[in-house]
Amino acid sequence: MTEKISEDQVRHVAQLAKLKINDDQLPYFTTQLDQIIGLFETLSEVDTDGIKPTSSVTDQVNVMREDVADNWNQRDGLLASAPDTQDGYIRVPTIIDESGENE
Amino acid sequence: MNYFNQSLTSIHKQLSDKSVSAEDLTKQTLENIKNVDGDINAFLTLDEDGALKQAKEIDDKGIDSDNLLSGLPIAVKDNIVTKGLKTTAASKILENFTPIYDATVSEKIKKLGTITVGKTNMDEFAMGGSTENSAFKITHNPWDTTKVPGGSSGGSAAAVAAGEVLAALGSDTGGSIRQPASFTGVVGMKPTYGRVSRWGLIAFGSSLDQIGPITRNVADNATLLNAIAGHDDHDLTSSTKEVPDFTSSLNKGVKGLRIGIPSEFMAQGLDDDVKQTVLNTAETFKKLGATVDEVSLPHTKYGVAAYYIISSSEASSNLQRFDGIRYGRRAKDVKNLEDLYVKSRSEGFGDEVKRRIMLGTFSLSAGFYDAYFKKAAQVRTLMINDFNNVFKDFDLILAPTAPTPAYGIGEDVSDPMTMYMNDVLTLPVNLAGLPGMSVPAGFSKGLPVGVQLIGRPFDELTVYQAGNAFEQETDFGKQTPTMGGNN
Amino acid sequence: MNFETTIGLEVHVELKTHSKIFSPSPVEFGDEPNANTNVIDWGYPGVLPTTNKGVVHDGIMAGLALHAQIERQPHFDRKNYFYPDNPKAYQITQSETPIAHDGWVEIEIDGHKKKIGIAEMHIEEDAGKNTHATDHSYVDLNRQGTPLIEIVSKPDIASPEEAYAYLEQLRQIVQFTGVSDVKMEEGSMRVDTNISIRPVGQKEYGTKVEMKNINSFNYVRKSLDYEEQRQQRVLMSGGSIQQETRRFDETTGQTELMRVKEGSDDYRYFPEPDLPVLTISQEWIDQIESELPEPPAKRRERYVNELGITDYDAMVITQTKEMSDFYEAMIKAGADAKLAANYLQGDVNAYLNDNQVELQDTKITPEHLATMIKLITDGTISSKMAKKVFKAITKGDEPKKFVEDKGMVQLSDPAQLQPLVDKVVGANPQSVEDFHNGKDRAIGFLVGQIMKETHGKANPQVVNKLLKDSMNK
Repeated sequence: MTEKISEDQVRHVAQLAKLKINDDQLPYFTTQLDQIIGLFETLSEVDTDGIKPTSSVTDQVNVMREDVADNWNQRDGLLASAPDTQDGYIRVPTIIDESGENE
Repeated sequence: MNYFNQSLTSIHKQLSDKSVSAEDLTKQTLENIKNVDGDINAFLTLDEDGALKQAKEIDDKGIDSDNLLSGLPIAVKDNIVTKGLKTTAASKILENFTPIYDATVSEKIKKLGTITVGKTNMDEFAMGGSTENSAFKITHNPWDTTKVPGGSSGGSAAAVAAGEVLAALGSDTGGSIRQPASFTGVVGMKPTYGRVSRWGLIAFGSSLDQIGPITRNVADNATLLNAIAGHDDHDLTSSTKEVPDFTSSLNKGVKGLRIGIPSEFMAQGLDDDVKQTVLNTAETFKKLGATVDEVSLPHTKYGVAAYYIISSSEASSNLQRFDGIRYGRRAKDVKNLEDLYVKSRSEGFGDEVKRRIMLGTFSLSAGFYDAYFKKAAQVRTLMINDFNNVFKDFDLILAPTAPTPAYGIGEDVSDPMTMYMNDVLTLPVNLAGLPGMSVPAGFSKGLPVGVQLIGRPFDELTVYQAGNAFEQETDFGKQTPTMGGNN
Repeated sequence: MNFETTIGLEVHVELKTHSKIFSPSPVEFGDEPNANTNVIDWGYPGVLPTTNKGVVHDGIMAGLALHAQIERQPHFDRKNYFYPDNPKAYQITQSETPIAHDGWVEIEIDGHKKKIGIAEMHIEEDAGKNTHATDHSYVDLNRQGTPLIEIVSKPDIASPEEAYAYLEQLRQIVQFTGVSDVKMEEGSMRVDTNISIRPVGQKEYGTKVEMKNINSFNYVRKSLDYEEQRQQRVLMSGGSIQQETRRFDETTGQTELMRVKEGSDDYRYFPEPDLPVLTISQEWIDQIESELPEPPAKRRERYVNELGITDYDAMVITQTKEMSDFYEAMIKAGADAKLAANYLQGDVNAYLNDNQVELQDTKITPEHLATMIKLITDGTISSKMAKKVFKAITKGDEPKKFVEDKGMVQLSDPAQLQPLVDKVVGANPQSVEDFHNGKDRAIGFLVGQIMKETHGKANPQVVNKLLKDSMNK
């Protein structure tokens, strides 16, 4: 069987998804994903030339909300259910890489 | 008390003529659940205080005699958020999560006077078909407690099947209402995409998810869908189409109805008893005056692949918000932000959820998007076209709901491929956004078998019409499991 | 070796809507942390976004102002990445179908005009804000969901000078549509740049270096200048440019390495399934087009050609729509075009700077200012007197009434002034002699005497003339 996904790729995908796959789990996970991705590849049999992809089956088009501000006053409830807060802020470990991806 | 041999009408009559108060009914319901649920494990959370308080308020206000749901105890799947009532989606990452708002469906049924007695078990984040992927407990099939109840709405289906409640809400992304309904011998409807608001449904596959009712009979199901259907300003994908009274066509019969059975759904891998059940159902419909013919949905065999790419891709994105920052589980003793993310998520998610996140992340990642996500979305178009072609000449599709009856606990869970293939008959309906309902249609070695009725978009009416005609003609739905509490 | 420079600019502009792009929370700044947030802004389980029609409207308007094509069936996409200020861990943006594409902005440097192409303009949500302390960082989601447009230039910009001019024009054009305040200092306009150089004649572009969130147009120019030089030095000395993100240090005027980019980021874009596709009708586009105010370039042209003011004056007046509208209202109220321009650039601007206010937030009205200018041109008041009148205008006083109440009317009637002139000439024979000997200063002294006699009310021009006439008799 040809390999659809390598252990390195699995590790890379896990990193993108912020998941840790332990080294001892890695072969098992890789084998499973490989099988499933093998199934995914059966789609290549289908001729989809010129076929528009469907990303939603809603019958709605062009529905929008009017631009009216409405504060639901949920601040206290939200902060109360947050794991760590201070002075109305959500507190997190120091962000080192401020270059981040925040665009 | 249990709800075997009851219906919305019979319960409503007792509430209306005050032979039982909402409070007493709720008390008895909770009592029965406590007696029965030790064997079934349908519930993750019971809300005794809240339910009794609500029941009392309804008694004080008086039962609304025009409203079959007034004072009715009900169960809600644990991925539907309920204000002030713990909602976990059966995941450790939301183990102690109490929402500060109500899902639109929660609000709607509350307004109509139903009493939510508790939240039901499910596969974590609705990923699975057996309810074994719950982080907290395994739900048992009331017909045979060594069997799974199906999933992911296994808790809701089992609670109804075991007579713990008369009605429950589930959600269906690839069969999660219909397949457990089939496994437990109850009626489960996945409405047309957009028929019911998804506001407050913890998202799995956003373009596939729908909330729907699980009940003991078709009429009750239609009544409950009446309660939850309709456009919602919070969900722009919810339809602005007028919502008909889904009970209005129940007694119209099936005379002249053109029913198609997709040959691809009857192909290899289908259990013999299940196949026979579909054929028997076809005979019944013919006897009642419908025509039944073979039809073709040629892209069916690609459905599983397309579905798992799309649903996993959407899920991988939807589940990124569970990052330990703003709510839910945050891992202890983390070294830095990256560690917080990775630990919170790795500890919080179960293996199946991780697997789907990985599959989805992979399918969307640079260099693979076209071959996987986009390709799947194109195949989805072809599958929709297949259905459209059939519906040119047919009013309804009849199909098996699941390839087999309920299987043994522990049998499938170790092999995701087998598990995924089991959804082959239900997921096309989600990909195409159609209404689909499973109704009890037979038995196989003492286990219930359901068949699926699939309608045109927004034509739940015809689905209910046919379902009710079949139910009136047969007595599969009237049978009850021998366990699950005695009267 | 000679190099040519290619610069790309990505400009984020915050739209001035009432509510956020995907949630009804108010768009307001300076409130308590997280005060303007709800379950949607927190990416709470089960929530769904709803598209703000005002944002789509403003996006179309900005697109039209930039001469861009409007996408008729735009949808939103998800851009996936984890960051504490990004609550859903995806940003709802547009990747496949930006709402506008293929526009342009015309710049002018030393009389040379050039069109800078705009590749695309899309609408998206802003992130929250992280603040950092030594032991923790703090997240405030008030800004989360603030609507943004992102304007991406084509690789047409060939120098830091052009980049500066492009930003100036872009800012003005967007400002005139009214969809944003476009203020760098308040963060409602943010600029990311990328720059590469290549030997003249080389077909392929050089390796791009990115710089993010630079604070002012000036720093944009300076950082690009520095970077252009640095890259030339590197290449001249045989080195190579690496794909990296650099930071501009305002104190040293230099750029420094932030991080090296390894491949491209993997944001896993895909169509947002929670939001239906939009269909933008020609009617809607036409309607928005009809709402578009006259753009600054057109106004400048008109001011120069029809009102006869200088290019420079026209440019200064069209810095903001408010200023330009104000100017036009003054002209309509009968003010002299040149004087009106002078006053706006002089006294009015000084007043705004001194008080750190916006024109529209003051009590100065175009009608009052025009009246004052008319009083000057008809000789009722002197420009010196006008200083006092202007002060009164800033307090909301009507100038004519103020001038009358204070008895400030200038003495311009020769019949009234002649006796005074005769008196002063008679009393100062030495000055008269000096005048005849060609000492110009002498006349100044005599004017001063008359001003003293009239408590400054005499019209200096008239006095001047009368004095000369008297002494030359």
